[in-house]
Amino acid sequence: MTGKKLLRSSSFRLALAYVALFGISAIGLLAFIYWSTANYMRQQADETIETEIVGLAERYQLTGLAGLTTSIRERVGRRPVGSSIYLLTDGLYNPIAGNLDRWPQIEVDPEGFTEFPLNLGAEEPRHIARAKPFALPGGFFLLVGRDTYELEAMQSRLVRTLSWGLALTVGLALAGGLVLSRGQVRRIGAINDAFDDVMAGDLSRRIPTGSSGGDIEELVVKLNRTLSELEKLVEGVRRVSDSIAHDLRTPLARLKTRLERLRHGSAGADEVDHAVSEADKLLATFAALLRIARIESGERRQAFASVDMTALIDDVAELYGPLIEEKDKKLVLHNAPNIRVLGDRDMLFQAVANVLDNALKHTPADGRVELDLGARESSVEVVIADDGPGIPANERDKVLTRFYRLDTSRTTPGAGLGLSLVAAVAELHDGSVQLEDNPSTDGAPGLRVVIRLPRL
Amino acid sequence: MRVLIVEDDKETLDFIAQGLSESGHVADRAADGKEGLFLALEGQYDALVVDRMLPGLDGLSIIQTLRAEGKTTPILILSALGEVDDRVDGLRKGGDDYLVKPFAFSELLARLEVLARRRDSEAPETRLEVGDLQMDLLSRTVTRAGKPITLQPRELRLLEHLMRHSGQVVTRTMLLEKVWDYHFDPQTNVIDVHVSRLRAKIDKGFDYPLVHTVRGVGYMLRDRKETT
Repeated sequence: MTGKKLLRSSSFRLALAYVALFGISAIGLLAFIYWSTANYMRQQADETIETEIVGLAERYQLTGLAGLTTSIRERVGRRPVGSSIYLLTDGLYNPIAGNLDRWPQIEVDPEGFTEFPLNLGAEEPRHIARAKPFALPGGFFLLVGRDTYELEAMQSRLVRTLSWGLALTVGLALAGGLVLSRGQVRRIGAINDAFDDVMAGDLSRRIPTGSSGGDIEELVVKLNRTLSELEKLVEGVRRVSDSIAHDLRTPLARLKTRLERLRHGSAGADEVDHAVSEADKLLATFAALLRIARIESGERRQAFASVDMTALIDDVAELYGPLIEEKDKKLVLHNAPNIRVLGDRDMLFQAVANVLDNALKHTPADGRVELDLGARESSVEVVIADDGPGIPANERDKVLTRFYRLDTSRTTPGAGLGLSLVAAVAELHDGSVQLEDNPSTDGAPGLRVVIRLPRL
Repeated sequence: MRVLIVEDDKETLDFIAQGLSESGHVADRAADGKEGLFLALEGQYDALVVDRMLPGLDGLSIIQTLRAEGKTTPILILSALGEVDDRVDGLRKGGDDYLVKPFAFSELLARLEVLARRRDSEAPETRLEVGDLQMDLLSRTVTRAGKPITLQPRELRLLEHLMRHSGQVVTRTMLLEKVWDYHFDPQTNVIDVHVSRLRAKIDKGFDYPLVHTVRGVGYMLRDRKETT
């Protein structure tokens, strides 16, 4: 994973947006803290000045000019130089006492305060004084103030502290965002890599799953399942087209040979019939394929109606009965009364008939086929059991797919579509088909086909 | 018989028309819905063959319009596999029979002949008779040359269908549809066994056979004097 990829990732961008939002709100908060603190400090300073003026004015009233002068001298001597400013002048602004050598050029604000530069030596930065002039009775003037240097220094310290705090906050948020999005980016990168491989043709590729849980993991599991489904479908399509090519080529070639023999006049009328029946078989195969495709598309569901399965099973038995007898086989029917399902009557008939056809093809002479209809609480089971050679357990799923034929049944007629149609019909009806050994035979394993449908 | 074919696929149209004229019938062609409706309204036909999907005006609309106009000409609906195969819908809208493409021409012809013939005998019958075979539709009894023949209910229905269409070819699919009332494709010829049982009951021991196999197509019940 490259850094560029990380920076471009959506999770990192999201983290960045959060950091920005967070930063802006932190700046707002810190600005407010600064503003209110600075304000408070200034107010405190102003109140101190006011208190001092009031105190000095009282002193003047009680002890006169001499007492005030003493007081100021005391205060000037006690305080560190520069931090407090006092100046007492006569009516012509000639200094009497204090630590300013002359009355400054001042303009007062509405609250009576003024600010002016202090010349406390040549050092930079220049100190600014904040002071309040006061006219004493008797034509004297008093100026009390504070050097604001301390205040400014404190304020700039506050700004520095708050800025550091802000920088730390944003930095931590950024780092957190990076760390968090790195994990996400790695997972999404893995998904991207897997899909690159899939697009390049490796359909068996899966996204490695982690153990962290959460929505991305859930997505990964779903994507993997989708890929499996896709692989199965593509595999199915490939197998079907292979089979079509393979299984239909043979009868087409036979048909062609017959037609050629006819053209050369070397064949009898029989040959025409053979050719026609060959063509019929091909058409029937295509019709079966199309029918399965159409059933799988699900559009027949629109025509679903209540189907009397009891009558349908009776009809199947009645239609196939003579054929079964003809072949010296036996059909044992166990029908249950009043069983209905929601479905397509013709499709269901076709499905049961296909399984029965299949059972007839594969049972030995004097074989026995059972046709059962039974009802469970919520499902209906059509069971067709025979005493033929059965289907090995590992082939049972395959015979439900198109064109799959057991090696042992290569010689019997059929295109390998019968059971796949049954599976398609069952699925159309939200049911299932299950193949198993027939436990009620004594010799051969037999085959038991269970078509399970939701009961109406 | 005179048949109008309304079909937009030229190959199918030619295939049906050629087949019909080779079998001694007259076929008119219409390649789209509007032309088909116009011809059907103007002309006198014994039967119509109408494709479901047509440019201009679809097959079912044509049929509805014709029926609304009081035309009772029998109509065979053609439908391509893969289209929504709604047989019931087609028949409810006034079609008389339904055939899914691809079909064998013999199947189409057999059905058309049955449709065209049905018009002549719409009066309710109480007795069917073919040669010396008789069926009393009320008492459901069958006799041949005066001898009673016992038939199972399904055999009776099978025979009734064959007798109603005596002299006409009836295909296996038609029998499944009309006698068993299921539209499906058996993988084995289940019908053949039923017919041969019926044949054993009504032909065996009599002077001449009535049930004939039409190779590659189906069956026909025919008196020896009748010809196709």
